[in-house]
Amino acid sequence: MKKLLILGGGTAGTLMSAKMRRALPRDEWAITVVDQDDTHVYQPGLLFVPFGVYRARDIVRSRARYAPRGVELILAGVDRIDPDASKVRLKGGTELSYDFLILATGSRIVPAELEGLTGPGWQESAFDFYTLDGADRLFHALSRFDRGRLVLNVAEMPIKCPVAPLEFLFLADWHLRKRGVRENVELVYATPLDGAFTKPKASEVLGQLLIDKGIRVESLFQASEVNGQDRTLSSWDGRQLPYDLLVSIPTHMGSQSIGDSDMGDELAFVPTDPHSLRSKGWDNVFVLGDATDLPSSKAGSVAHFQGGVVEENLLRSIGERPLGDGFDGHANCFIETGFGKAVLIDFNYDTEPLPGRFPLAGIGPLRLLKESRFNHWGKLAFQWIYWNMLLAGRELPFVETRMSMRGKWT
Amino acid sequence: MSTITLAGQALEVDEGGFLLNPDQWTPEVADDLARQAGIDPLTERHWQVIDFCRRDAAEKGTPPSLRRITKVLGVPTKELYTLFPKGPGILAARIAGLTKPKGCV
Ligand SMILES: Cc1cc2nc3c(=O)[nH]c(=O)nc-3n(C[C@H](O)[C@H](O)[C@H](O)COP(=O)(O)OP(=O)(O)OC[C@H]3O[C@@H](n4cnc5c(N)ncnc54)[C@H](O)[C@@H]3O)c2cc1C
Repeated sequence: MKKLLILGGGTAGTLMSAKMRRALPRDEWAITVVDQDDTHVYQPGLLFVPFGVYRARDIVRSRARYAPRGVELILAGVDRIDPDASKVRLKGGTELSYDFLILATGSRIVPAELEGLTGPGWQESAFDFYTLDGADRLFHALSRFDRGRLVLNVAEMPIKCPVAPLEFLFLADWHLRKRGVRENVELVYATPLDGAFTKPKASEVLGQLLIDKGIRVESLFQASEVNGQDRTLSSWDGRQLPYDLLVSIPTHMGSQSIGDSDMGDELAFVPTDPHSLRSKGWDNVFVLGDATDLPSSKAGSVAHFQGGVVEENLLRSIGERPLGDGFDGHANCFIETGFGKAVLIDFNYDTEPLPGRFPLAGIGPLRLLKESRFNHWGKLAFQWIYWNMLLAGRELPFVETRMSMRGKWT
Repeated sequence: MSTITLAGQALEVDEGGFLLNPDQWTPEVADDLARQAGIDPLTERHWQVIDFCRRDAAEKGTPPSLRRITKVLGVPTKELYTLFPKGPGILAARIAGLTKPKGCV
């Protein structure tokens, strides 16, 4: 039997296991997925937990439920990878060998990377919402918060879902208004970027939304230190932002096991060919999802688009055929803007988000780069699509792997 | 897009002041770009950073992040802010004739 080993059973690992189980004959190939725990979080839902739209339990399922038939799921942490010997050691000592390896170990937040963040006040006046526990604690703090300054800080790029910080602020504005306390609260967005978002056209639209909602932007703010006693956030260029509530998007890094195995860059992200998605270091290792070092968004939609490319190239590798150049950096995402509305953006490595209609040119029903109610329902419906179609590695309705320019206004 | 004259050459730059044609970069252009940004003169230490950024960008296809400069080159963040005030990542890339760091979308 030949062996395909997949490390990480989150979005990317699960959908790849389903795709490859359909593509590879069962009597020739064994497929194994390894994950450190049995808690699969629907991460886009984390955004809604602090506002009580979802409870933590609404967005968590057992991984075992999503392991396709014919795929072995091992619940254990990966300790070390030895890519030269095509072997993996698990915590506890078990050793696995493989013919091909897929790295889908995602990214994790490392709050301790920002001086003082995990010191006094951590999870009392300073929170994250990128973990289930953090989002839940923030929910309790936010429901009591009725005056003062709320600072949202992005510690460092890259982060998962780069629009989530903006969405958080839009939803916070809505949440505070609904509770009648918005006038008592100052909302501040402190970002290392030089504008609202990384792409100019979208940055303009989103920047205007921030202005309309009375959210102050501190741009080029590279955080240097949190003082939890004085409740002050400082930047390397000497700015100081006092806060009553700090919501931090901490530094993101790849899995510890990648760093420990010397397979990653300075943030433990794996150097990956941007088009074929094969690792730069080893011919029998493919990488997708948040684990790569690519400049594409760290988003579930991206993992989905990459999935088709990895499947194709893995099959080519197995058949000893040349790899294809499938991936163009395609990402699309809904941006919640509060009051039951959302914006949709669609972009890739070369083309920035453009206005238009999606997915059907001229008709929609989803509007690109414009607020609409339809987009908001699209975002909520996505949880169903995620559990039932995306994780099963199915094509999604109307969405193509390569970005299409139909229906866009250039 | 606009045209500026630096080190006796007419150069096209984007709205952020980044060179549109990287081949036009010379160390003299860097001196002038630095002067425009209030850094005068470029010291040995500045050049270490600029050289690293150019080498790394040639290899990786994109200018290095602040973290990458501190980790790989070993210059502490605080010093980078003294060398290239306000936004060392962006400023060093601009003086090195590279594109604007993407900050990863
Ligand atoms: C607040 C928030 C909002 C988001 N919103 C959106 C959105 O609207 N749209 C969108 O497309 N995306 C969104 N995302 C991003 C999306 O959730 C991720 O990009 C996606 O889940 C990445 O998939 P992945 O498989 O690469 O990583 P993950 O799904 O995180 O899976 C990685 C897996 O690897 C496992 N693992 C790591 N290290 C080890 C080890 N040593 N041993 C064993 N197992 C290990 C982990 O346990 C985990 O299960 C959001 C994310 C957040 C946090």
